[in-house]
Amino acid sequence: MIPDRSSELASAAGMRLSMLDNMMLIRAYEERLASLATPTQPGTCTSVGQEAAAVGAVLALQTRDRILTNHRSAGHLLARGADPGRLMAEVMGRSDGYCKGKSGSLHVSAAELGVVLTSTIVGGELSLAPGVALAQKMGQQEPGGITAVFFGDGAACEGIFHESVNLAVTWQLPLLYVCENNQWQAFVRRDETMPMAHVADWVRGHGIAAQTVDGNDVEAVHAAASTAVAAIRASGRPQFLELSTYRQRGHFEPDDQAYVDADELAAWKQRDPIALMRRRLLDEGVATPGELAHLEQRVDAVISAALAFAQASPWPEMRELGTDVYA
Amino acid sequence: MQTITVSDAVSQALAEEMRRDPRVLMFGEGVATKRQDLLAEFGPTRVRNTPLAEAIVAGTAAGAAAMGLRPVVDLLFAPFLSLSMDAIINSAGKLRYLSGGQFKFPMVVLTMTGAGWGVGSQHNHNLEAMFVHAPGLKVVMPSNAADFKGLMKAAIRDDNPVLFFMDLALAHAPGPVPIAADGHETLVPLGRAAVARAGRDLTLVSYAKTVGHCLQAAQALAEEGISAEVIDLRSLKPLDEATVLASVRRTGRLIVVHEANRLCGVGAEIAALASEKAWSALRAPVLRLTGPDAPAAASWPLEQAGVPQPDAIRDAARRLLGAETGAAMSA
Repeated sequence: MIPDRSSELASAAGMRLSMLDNMMLIRAYEERLASLATPTQPGTCTSVGQEAAAVGAVLALQTRDRILTNHRSAGHLLARGADPGRLMAEVMGRSDGYCKGKSGSLHVSAAELGVVLTSTIVGGELSLAPGVALAQKMGQQEPGGITAVFFGDGAACEGIFHESVNLAVTWQLPLLYVCENNQWQAFVRRDETMPMAHVADWVRGHGIAAQTVDGNDVEAVHAAASTAVAAIRASGRPQFLELSTYRQRGHFEPDDQAYVDADELAAWKQRDPIALMRRRLLDEGVATPGELAHLEQRVDAVISAALAFAQASPWPEMRELGTDVYA
Repeated sequence: MQTITVSDAVSQALAEEMRRDPRVLMFGEGVATKRQDLLAEFGPTRVRNTPLAEAIVAGTAAGAAAMGLRPVVDLLFAPFLSLSMDAIINSAGKLRYLSGGQFKFPMVVLTMTGAGWGVGSQHNHNLEAMFVHAPGLKVVMPSNAADFKGLMKAAIRDDNPVLFFMDLALAHAPGPVPIAADGHETLVPLGRAAVARAGRDLTLVSYAKTVGHCLQAAQALAEEGISAEVIDLRSLKPLDEATVLASVRRTGRLIVVHEANRLCGVGAEIAALASEKAWSALRAPVLRLTGPDAPAAASWPLEQAGVPQPDAIRDAARRLLGAETGAAMSA
């Protein structure tokens, strides 16, 4: 189930600390997994550098809302309250994973968290999202819920992106498009594939309200997402939110990133979302250095326990090879 | 019993199932425009036109199905399925498995194909075997009005994605269809073949319009004293192996007939099935009569030449029976 964090989030300070805590958890989780990857055992596609986008947007959603995500999904899942141990077990193909080990890292869904229908086909999540929102609109899910679909600038270059937005606008579906523009499309720079810097400039032509915000500022993301979610609930119409950010690690692990401009990467690391939020909370006296050090230790312990849980989890039974093919 | 066309049989099935289950909805290019009766009865929420965008139509169906609706989508002509294969094959076909069984995809994809309208190969391409090859999907391709109705109803009630291929040459073909009010069972279960004609000497296995061609050939053969059994597969996946094998074990001779081309087609699967599981009963090699490995032509005589016709089926049966002693054969 989605953990009840209402008391923690009730105060402004609690909310801000929780945002940082969530981002640190995602970072620690992904860096631990990345450290385990070898050329013969490739690891996960991380979202390192994009944690503010996931946390800011997911924390703007309610329990009744539904999420679709993609191959860079750990941030969305953990921000939604996924158990790091079960998530890691899934990534490692173990039976205690959210999908019984059948997803691996790439297609993790967790219906109990409202994270439905993860597709790793770039743009696949965009093709499924209008149907999820249609079901909500037609009363198949909890009343008043909306759907948030997370994708990147790469998916925005797929034709299905435009088909999806056009249908959501035409059918007036309660759908929030969250584009994490991380400047990379697998191994190709975003500016090689699009005529302009922002997907929002493209999508306004479809007649959808769209805005671009700093995707490395978790509070800016949260504010913009909250406004967009409220507008969707009030109007029943879709909204588009573009989060400008940067993929700090490779397309998947391990990746030496020899193709990445070192100065560009360094400049974005200067604007690292976790460092930004830490500095802000320290400067404003919301947290002390000691409290943040404690937070870091706690997160590290959680990830160590998660890894131990995953490694101890049994492999799926061989009969699972042929189960869950048909309903 | 009523006599109605295949097209009307499908319409009846849609209306009855929408009446029965409020989760059933239908959308696609021109659905609301062409199905005014459904629109009038069930309203614009459940009967929808869509943009001419097959990928998002199929994707939306898959997303809606996973969340509890039971969509039927009309993707018009089978070659257009190539634009929606990601949603059908990668999402609807795989995400149940990849999610460890968290979701199911009760959806029907309706599409037309086959020779008969001279529309050429971008509107006529019997690509059903491509979907048979994809895990997680079911595939049906009926041959007569009663089966169109019964299989459509069963497909809508099934919890899995079903590809429903309509042979467009059959669309206006009338046939007897049971009336539910008379107490007849109008459902035709998925995965069950029908013996369209009983026989002793050889088995003709087919589906869609070539079932009719096989029946004509069987009639001609009967006049020569040859008794041919005709099996209508109806469902290509699940495949009713038992019915095929029972027949082949009795007759010892098998010809598979379909309009789709030969290489890796359904006929190859049926032939392999017979050789794996009925080898000792076979008295002659299994033959396949299929369309050519070429795009379907638009020109009428060329289009028809691409379809196994009754005469060709009859001739193949004669050759097969004449080859008892191991004489050289050519199909």
